[in-house]
Amino acid sequence: MSRKHHITLQVNGDEHEFLCEPQQTLLDVIRDELMLTGTKEGCATGDCGACSVMLDGRLVCSCLVLAVEAEGTSVETIEGMASGDRLHPLQRNFLELNGLQCGICTPGILIAARALLEKNPNPTETEARYWLAGNLCRCTGYDKVIRSVLAAAAEMRGA
Amino acid sequence: MLLQAAREKGNLAKIRRATVGGDTGQGGSMTGLRYESPPTLDAAVALLNNAKGLARVLAGGTDVIVQMETDLIEPELLVDIKKIPGLRTIVAENGGFRIGATVSGMEMVEHAALCATWPGVIDGVKLIGSIQVKGRATIAGNLCNGSPAADSVPPLAAAGAVARVIGPQGTREIAVAKIPAGPGKTHLGKGEIVESIFLPARAKHSGDAYERFTPRTEMDIAVVGVAVNLTLDTSGVVISARVVLGAVAPTILEPADCAKAIVGTRLEEAALEQLAAAASAACRPIDDKRGTREFRVTVAGVLARRVAQKAYDRARHIA
Ligand SMILES: Cc1cc2nc3c(=O)[nH]c(=O)nc-3n(C[C@@H](O)[C@@H](O)[C@H](O)COP(=O)(O)OP(=O)(O)OC[C@H]3O[C@@H](n4cnc5c(N)ncnc54)[C@H](O)[C@@H]3O)c2cc1C
Ligand code: FES
Ligand code: FES
Repeated sequence: MSRKHHITLQVNGDEHEFLCEPQQTLLDVIRDELMLTGTKEGCATGDCGACSVMLDGRLVCSCLVLAVEAEGTSVETIEGMASGDRLHPLQRNFLELNGLQCGICTPGILIAARALLEKNPNPTETEARYWLAGNLCRCTGYDKVIRSVLAAAAEMRGA
Repeated sequence: MLLQAAREKGNLAKIRRATVGGDTGQGGSMTGLRYESPPTLDAAVALLNNAKGLARVLAGGTDVIVQMETDLIEPELLVDIKKIPGLRTIVAENGGFRIGATVSGMEMVEHAALCATWPGVIDGVKLIGSIQVKGRATIAGNLCNGSPAADSVPPLAAAGAVARVIGPQGTREIAVAKIPAGPGKTHLGKGEIVESIFLPARAKHSGDAYERFTPRTEMDIAVVGVAVNLTLDTSGVVISARVVLGAVAPTILEPADCAKAIVGTRLEEAALEQLAAAASAACRPIDDKRGTREFRVTVAGVLARRVAQKAYDRARHIA
């Protein structure tokens, strides 16, 4: 049997500890051990982006990170996006402009979109589409997703 | 392809969970997986060299974890090299850049001086998966995974990049172009680890470029990829060139006739035509649903001239 690893990391600012086996992914642990089920599994092979989280400030697919690799890191998931009852402008614009249908892709898209706007507060439509190319959506056809992102960007710039 | 893989994976994910949950019997040797994150390269080399079963370096994991997830490999040992100090830096050296083995694609894309000096290498890096994938993926991993369609490998080879390899016998320097040995295979020996990849200094009036053809514009695997790196004299005549083709043979190809077709020219129409013909003639592609043999051969020629022109235009603008 493989050895269990004792892992300590921060998730949305809170310290968490857990035991894991080497083959468990960060996504497995976020969902099944920490019970933060906002992060979704669409493919488990890096193709769909539903599992997107921030790992030490970097946008990554949590299905492509082993839980053991996350020792000592800081992880941000969708659960940390709103401040209490106050939704993030991205979340609000997705609701108002119908940027989601079934919602499976939405947490990953919101995390990825926030990472974009932190680097580039005024993306063009093309830039937004390329940045989000790793987030697949089988419902919306992407148009309303992109519109929601650009509207949130404008709002956040105070435009 | 995605759907089928996803369906197969559904089962694997279940098996993995059952195993993780303490179920016995299922999952086979996966329960025996060992993860190590040694503090030094020497320790990493020793771990790999002493491994009895299948052992893998774990860099960004964007190939290794996918291969484990889809049951392509069932390693006994993963040696994570990301905790080894000094491997995650891009350092200016002798007018060029040394890129450590654990530097991610995004870190390269964000490095302004590197992007300005080797834009063609960055063209290749930018094409590696999504922003998320590039947040983890390394060029050393892209190289060592041994895919004939790896997008950073043709431009690295055209750039004359050199890998520094640490192994049980010590350190050696080997051209990136000499590492691929066929699909999934490299010329690295047991226990050998790429420590860094060195991109040399550039002569004046040099430019490089890489493009690939894919059915989708993003998140797809190259059907053909072409990298060109060239240097001009002050009058705009090509004085040296390297042309490297990806995804059209079991390894990258560097057909001598391609470079010959453009050296001594200003990429006039005749030279470009000759280049395209040489690129097409050199291809030994597979025939599959992503592109027929005939299509790949034609596209290699079309891309070769397009990429040569792009490298040429860059060379004229980079002082
Ligand atoms: C959704 C998705 C899309 C992708 N799209 C593309 C694409 O368009 N183009 C493309 O080229 N690639 C693509 N890739 C693959 C690309 O991400 C990988 O090839 C990546 O560059 C490998 O680097 P890594 O650090 O993740 O390697 P790992 O997965 O950690 O390792 C890859 C292999 O190399 C070995 N290895 C790694 N580092 C070293 C080292 N320093 N020394 C010796 N051996 C080493 C490992 O043991 C393993 O066998 C995609 C991947 C995903 C998941
Ligand atoms: S679940 Fe991670 S990319 Fe699809
Ligand atoms: S809203 Fe259903 S997948 Fe995007």
